Amino acid sequence: MFRELTDGVVTGLAMLATVVVVAPLVAIFVYLIYKGASSLSLSFFTRLPRPVGEAGGGMANAIVGSAILLGIASLIGVPVGIGGGIFLAEFGRGTKLADAIRFTADVLNGVPSIVMGIAIYALIVVPQNHFSAFSGGVALGIMMIPTVCRTTEEMLLMVPHAVREAALALGVPNWRSVLSITVKTASPGIITGCMLAFARVAGETAPLIFTALGNSFWSTSLNQPIAALPLQIWVYAQSPYEDWHRLAWAGALVLIILIVTAVSLVRYVTSRGVLKGAS
Amino acid sequence: MGVGIEVINLNAWYGTNHSLQDVNLNMPGNHATALIGPSGCGKSTFVRCLNRMHETNPIARVTGTVRIGDLDIYEDCKPVEIRRRVGMVFQRPNPFPTMSIYDNVAAGLKLNGYSNHRALDEIVEKSLKNSALWDEVKDDLKKKSGASLSGGQQQRLCIARALAVDPEVLLMDEPASALDPVSTSKIEDLIFQLKSQYTIVIVTHNMQQAARVAEKTGFFLNGRMVEFDSTHKIFTNPSDKRTEDYITGRFG
Repeated sequence: MFRELTDGVVTGLAMLATVVVVAPLVAIFVYLIYKGASSLSLSFFTRLPRPVGEAGGGMANAIVGSAILLGIASLIGVPVGIGGGIFLAEFGRGTKLADAIRFTADVLNGVPSIVMGIAIYALIVVPQNHFSAFSGGVALGIMMIPTVCRTTEEMLLMVPHAVREAALALGVPNWRSVLSITVKTASPGIITGCMLAFARVAGETAPLIFTALGNSFWSTSLNQPIAALPLQIWVYAQSPYEDWHRLAWAGALVLIILIVTAVSLVRYVTSRGVLKGAS
Repeated sequence: MGVGIEVINLNAWYGTNHSLQDVNLNMPGNHATALIGPSGCGKSTFVRCLNRMHETNPIARVTGTVRIGDLDIYEDCKPVEIRRRVGMVFQRPNPFPTMSIYDNVAAGLKLNGYSNHRALDEIVEKSLKNSALWDEVKDDLKKKSGASLSGGQQQRLCIARALAVDPEVLLMDEPASALDPVSTSKIEDLIFQLKSQYTIVIVTHNMQQAARVAEKTGFFLNGRMVEFDSTHKIFTNPSDKRTEDYITGRFG
């Protein structure tokens, strides 16, 4: 009797926890659709922003701009993060250097994103004398590094020792065994880490204010200020105009859909090669 | 072809723990040698010294001489070279989980830069036939993961993987202890066939198994080799009292 009661209570608590975790996401999504879907149209994806009062503007430049910024960020954050994680887990284990890197990554993870923006402003924007897509991408890329690095390390450490031994016992050199066996075995987890980092920086606004700046016109140049969805949403949401508010809601909805699409696409592509029964 | 193994004054440590002390023995080529003894007696450490896997543990240390054929493995070559000539099968089956059955067998060759596809196909088939697994997996070679097989099949897959790099010696560290009796007898049949081509060293807790597959048997106790002789003599008329006590089940 008591055991059944305990079982019921614990199961109930677990279900409650699930609801609490899922509810905010669902609520946000539903609210975004409610507020934003009505302003979505083809022109939202194909047109540039219009001046206040003119109807029918879009965010085409911000969508492309976000894609470019995230591309640059991933080119920096993913290789550096994975490389760092591999070093921490495989080559530098137990060394002072590894401890220092781990500590640095954790601190970097805690740096407020606005501070990251100011730092890149001082390091890249001021010397170059202009805002640019490049500096924005760098700011986002650096923010990706600690997440990618630490998840890569943790996923590699979860690969069983027996698998490493199997490779070494075949006469495979250590570096080759790490790259071809250990990293490959851990790759689903590593990819999840990259996606988490990607999704996190995709919505960042603060690091872009002092770097990418935003742009009302069409630009794909890395050397020019560039528009980005979060920046555009921020500007529109702060404005006093009703149309702009609606566009901001639509932009937020598009941003979330784009993130979900990108993450699902990567998951789909990377899971295609997985064999039957692979763990 | 299998070659003989000569071990002279082998000592091994894990940190400060002196886990192998002055081991000397001669294992003949193309035979199976069984190593028995209670848990923690150093027999696993001993076989791990024969392919220099012992030193992959950062706190481990070895002294002494091991000759495999004409090669002094601690003087004449690098660890990766000796591990290609001395294959190893572990206690728990450890196939590469993300690789297909085919890639598991081909792993040793592929990862060492071998890329002749037609030859690889032949080697994979031959290795799987040698490990008596071919008939069970030939239709799923590239479709299924190595981890999808049963435990006994996985262990034979690991044997095929070790055979594919064409070693001279095959070390087996309790290869059947995690398997059911049917799989165990398959592995034992396999050992019986393989010793015509390879020198086999097998660590086992199962004394019947040692008696069935090995011509020579060594008894380890507390890091020392107590007795090494023909299997028949060890199990019927051991010269050391401690061996007799262990065989008859008085301890360990």
